[in-house]
Amino acid sequence: MLPTPSTSHVSFDTIYEPSEDSYLFLDTLSSASESAWLTTHFHPSTSTTTPSPSPSPLILEVGSGSGVVLAFVTANSQQILGRSDVLALGTDVNRNACAATKQTVLKAIEDHHHQQQQPPSTSPSTSPDLKPTITSTLLTDLASPIRPGTIDILLFNPPYVPTPELPSLPTTTTTTTDISTLSRSEKFEQESYYLSLTYAGGKDGMETTERLLGDIPRVLSPRGVAYVLLCAQNRPREVVERIRGWEGDGKGRWCAELVGSSGVQAGWEKLVIVRVWREFTI
Amino acid sequence: MKLITVNFLTCAVKGCKSAPASYPLHFRDAELELQELEFQPEFILNIIPRIDWEGLRVMANELGFPKIPDNKPEGDALKDEQLLKELHRLLLETHVVEGRLCCGNCGHEYMIKEGIANFLLPSHLGLMIPSVAYMNAC
Repeated sequence: MLPTPSTSHVSFDTIYEPSEDSYLFLDTLSSASESAWLTTHFHPSTSTTTPSPSPSPLILEVGSGSGVVLAFVTANSQQILGRSDVLALGTDVNRNACAATKQTVLKAIEDHHHQQQQPPSTSPSTSPDLKPTITSTLLTDLASPIRPGTIDILLFNPPYVPTPELPSLPTTTTTTTDISTLSRSEKFEQESYYLSLTYAGGKDGMETTERLLGDIPRVLSPRGVAYVLLCAQNRPREVVERIRGWEGDGKGRWCAELVGSSGVQAGWEKLVIVRVWREFTI
Repeated sequence: MKLITVNFLTCAVKGCKSAPASYPLHFRDAELELQELEFQPEFILNIIPRIDWEGLRVMANELGFPKIPDNKPEGDALKDEQLLKELHRLLLETHVVEGRLCCGNCGHEYMIKEGIANFLLPSHLGLMIPSVAYMNAC
């Protein structure tokens, strides 16, 4: 089993603490079947959609929070993608989460590297893996400043809990308040607000996920793959059917598949992960 | 924020998405910092094909970097280790810690603080969701 990145440096006052859904992400992406699929998909010689040499994959986690998922995929990219020349990018609406993600990813890359330097576990002829890197984390709503067609792997663990209302998004000025000047109750209010953004999904728990799904065709590269977590109340099977019906815009046919699940509630999986990608007919 | 990031960014304002002038974003008062990173020639070789070269040239030029080649290096040019080292330094080792990124289409400026660019929008520009517009109107 691949190691879970350390988040001991993260303060969870305003940031989502890695939970069952985060771990489902780690387990799904590192499962034998999913790693094999990704390795074939991003392997330089098996890829039919990219020029050679195959460009370094760019991985974006939207709403990265503590950064545990992005750090896991980036640091273990050799095992998960079959290559470690990857670039990581994170976004979040919470500045603390942006800072935490950067640190979690950097730390996981270093920890992975140190482990590799331990006495030989592999044959001496194996050349050491390249060290991946994080390009930055951005304070933003979803993927809004991402240039079209740039993302190769998009990861999204959304606020998926159905709630009567969706909390309003932070704006340019929301984050300028210095936390040290806040009274105890103001601080509590601010922390509750940021935590509500991590789980509250509005109608059917889908309001934020819908906006991200709508942006997937714009931001994914032709070889791009998105992983989105859904809960049973989000009606994942309907979501999958809907994605399969997206117009191909001349860049291949849209595919969606459930690739991971955890927990069973009244005969339905409580949480699932959907893989979204384009397929090309040659 | 590593300089390579700018190659993946455009203006966050919805109306700018289809405007060519919204890419690349332009730095204003950028405070740069060099953070050393191990040089891995194979990594840079795989990064080059995914770089939008014109966008990179504009950025390097505006930041006052020594001139980078007019065209994306290919073939034998990629055997030039000096060039790979320069690109490594520019793309992966150079960080922007403070400053602003400005959209050439709408003029909106995004603040960079402690290496984190803020792409949150003022409420009148953001929010692509009709339901929020509706809620605000009520």
